[in-house]
Amino acid sequence: MSFQVPKNTYTGKINVLKLSKDNTGIKVGGEAALPFYSFEGEIPNKPIIAIEVYDTKPSDWPQVVSKYYSDVFDDPVKWAKKSISEYGADAICLQLASINPDMGDMKPEEAAELTKTVRESIDRPLIVYGSGPMEKIAAVMKKVSEKNKDSNILMGWVEEDNYKTMGASAIGYSNNLIALNPLDVNIAKQLNILLTQLGLPADRIVMDPSISGLGYGIEYCYSAMERLKIAALMQDDKMTQMPMICNLAPEVWKVKEVKESEEQYPEWGDLEERGINWETISAMSTLMAGANMVVMRHPKAVNIIKEFIEELL
Amino acid sequence: MALSGLEIFKKLPKTNCKDCGFPTCLAFAMQLAAGKVELEKCPHISEEVKEALSEASQPPILKVEIGAGNDSFVVGEETVMFRHDRTFVNQNAFAVTVEDDMDSSKIEEIIKDVNEIAYERVGQILKLDAICIKNKSKDKDKFLEVTDKVASLTKIPLILVSSDTEILKSAAGKFKENKPLIHAATADNIDFFIALGKETGCPIAVRGKSFEDIAVVTGKMREAGIKNLVIDIGSRDFKDDYYNQIILRMAAIKQKNRLFGYPTIVFPGEMTDDPLKETLIASVFVAKYGSIIVLSNASHQNIFPLMVYRQNIYTDPRRPMQVEQKIYEIGSPDENSPVLITTNFSLTYFIISGEVESSKVPSWLLVMDVEGQSVLTAWAAGKFVPELIAQFVKKSDIAEKVKKKEIVIPGYVAQLQGELEDELGDGWKVVVGPREAGEVPKFLKEYSA
Repeated sequence: MSFQVPKNTYTGKINVLKLSKDNTGIKVGGEAALPFYSFEGEIPNKPIIAIEVYDTKPSDWPQVVSKYYSDVFDDPVKWAKKSISEYGADAICLQLASINPDMGDMKPEEAAELTKTVRESIDRPLIVYGSGPMEKIAAVMKKVSEKNKDSNILMGWVEEDNYKTMGASAIGYSNNLIALNPLDVNIAKQLNILLTQLGLPADRIVMDPSISGLGYGIEYCYSAMERLKIAALMQDDKMTQMPMICNLAPEVWKVKEVKESEEQYPEWGDLEERGINWETISAMSTLMAGANMVVMRHPKAVNIIKEFIEELL
Repeated sequence: MALSGLEIFKKLPKTNCKDCGFPTCLAFAMQLAAGKVELEKCPHISEEVKEALSEASQPPILKVEIGAGNDSFVVGEETVMFRHDRTFVNQNAFAVTVEDDMDSSKIEEIIKDVNEIAYERVGQILKLDAICIKNKSKDKDKFLEVTDKVASLTKIPLILVSSDTEILKSAAGKFKENKPLIHAATADNIDFFIALGKETGCPIAVRGKSFEDIAVVTGKMREAGIKNLVIDIGSRDFKDDYYNQIILRMAAIKQKNRLFGYPTIVFPGEMTDDPLKETLIASVFVAKYGSIIVLSNASHQNIFPLMVYRQNIYTDPRRPMQVEQKIYEIGSPDENSPVLITTNFSLTYFIISGEVESSKVPSWLLVMDVEGQSVLTAWAAGKFVPELIAQFVKKSDIAEKVKKKEIVIPGYVAQLQGELEDELGDGWKVVVGPREAGEVPKFLKEYSA
């Protein structure tokens, strides 16, 4: 018998996001097929893996992962360089934890200066995430954008409540924004509509589906992302065609399943390998659902995921 | 694929004789389409129509049962490509490999572990489903001896793998009561397996490198009336087999091609030697359409995350996952620890309990059954309201566990504060917590200071 291979029909494609100053650097997005369905359509840019760097020494990391970074914890620049040269990061995700009023209340100027220093010391794209109240994040990102004018850095996050300030700082200084969505296709679209109406080009927006890790609601994200990707590719819905980012590492490495020892839970097995599996399975799941960028932590997990991306694409 | 009521109606006698218990043939057809009655209720349908209708009412991927008795499992019956389109129906099975040239003690160790492993999570018990015995020795007596040993140590279903049809025939004959999955029929031995299938009733794996190979075998088996089949396609190359699983599912569901409408079996352990990579490959097949996933490495650190992932993916998106209504102890709370309350939507529970845990403030978390809704939804539906909350708090024995009668409610239902204090009475004070889970650690640190 001759078998007619079934095929999905695609009418849309994902926007291409530029992450560096010129045209030579890394881009993401642009795909015209479901994730890893390269047999059905073009996937010109592979998903990228960013390794996170904190602005201050983390206190709650499990030893099985902190041991790879403890020598650079005090210096974000060294940390970023090590993540690229030794652990193969495609990009750096600077997590500005200290801007949170409860975590040190770092001033916007200081945060912006740090961002610039890190950016100038690496030859890979820079993603910056703030944490804390959204007014503070907006104030910080305004400065960050100004200090890193025209450098195509990716700044997170923007919500409906702070989209005007955040949008303006991205438009004014030509940078990219991460729109945070609470697992809901319609809210995601609504925020994208607001931002584009404000004047931010659609190809400067990245969607963050509020990822959770394995065992903590990852299935909700999986389906929300899959639905967004299908709307973008099969229904040509322009307001869902933004690439997606998953800030995964903090979600994976905070749960008890990657922290409790084998002595305490023998049925959970070796702690370090368990943690690696927890991170790789979570990351692969987000990639299968449509993530274009994933923020990760454990070097071995990064290595395996990069290998899988190479193998499947 | 399922027919509509009208399509079924066209094939019925249209006499409205009421022998089926329904007033009209159309009413009966509608009930049939909804799966609420059996076709047999109509005594007037010809065999031909019966065949056509029962065929059409089969799911695009047939249900196949492996094993016998209480420990058997079923795979197949899937109807969608994406879980959000409805749900994935029968969760994939995980099998652990035993090779017949392993030491006896090693085999015993594996079986003991498989029997004992059980993770409780969100009210479900997560377990391994099968043992795959490979005839690596190529020796018949050895294979039968090991199979006998395994069957005596565990009740869970077996998958018997050999390239020697005579060995499989002996094993299938000897263990047919256990209904093991026999692996594998190929284009070269179809007649042999048709005979074996008819004689033993055991499910059969169909092995082929290409879609054409598979179709030849499933087609002939089908003509012979053998339908309890499992497809094993491909070259044991991860990328190829990832593609194959997707195409098989699309062929069955989108093209309604019956030749590919069977569950599948995949062997991640034959695609890599690295246990971490094997685990990750297995996870890909959990999401992308593997029905039976055979693992060569069953260390706990690999199996545990895989089983959690399977539970996540196979959760029915139409029904929220719920956690048990009770008082959860986070950290080691004592009589001075804070008391918080939330609803039993699993995601709400996971996020809140995670934040409480990361706050390092030991706390009592009261989780109230509101049929798995989030706080705001449950409040809007009248399920998370002062009267019912007060009933729940009083019934729980939390008042005996703490000195200070104070309870923290989610910030999104701040408006309940006054009324809840009235309903609780007895000196209870209600404190309004933060609106977002992320603010819980900060709140708890200040609150307990």
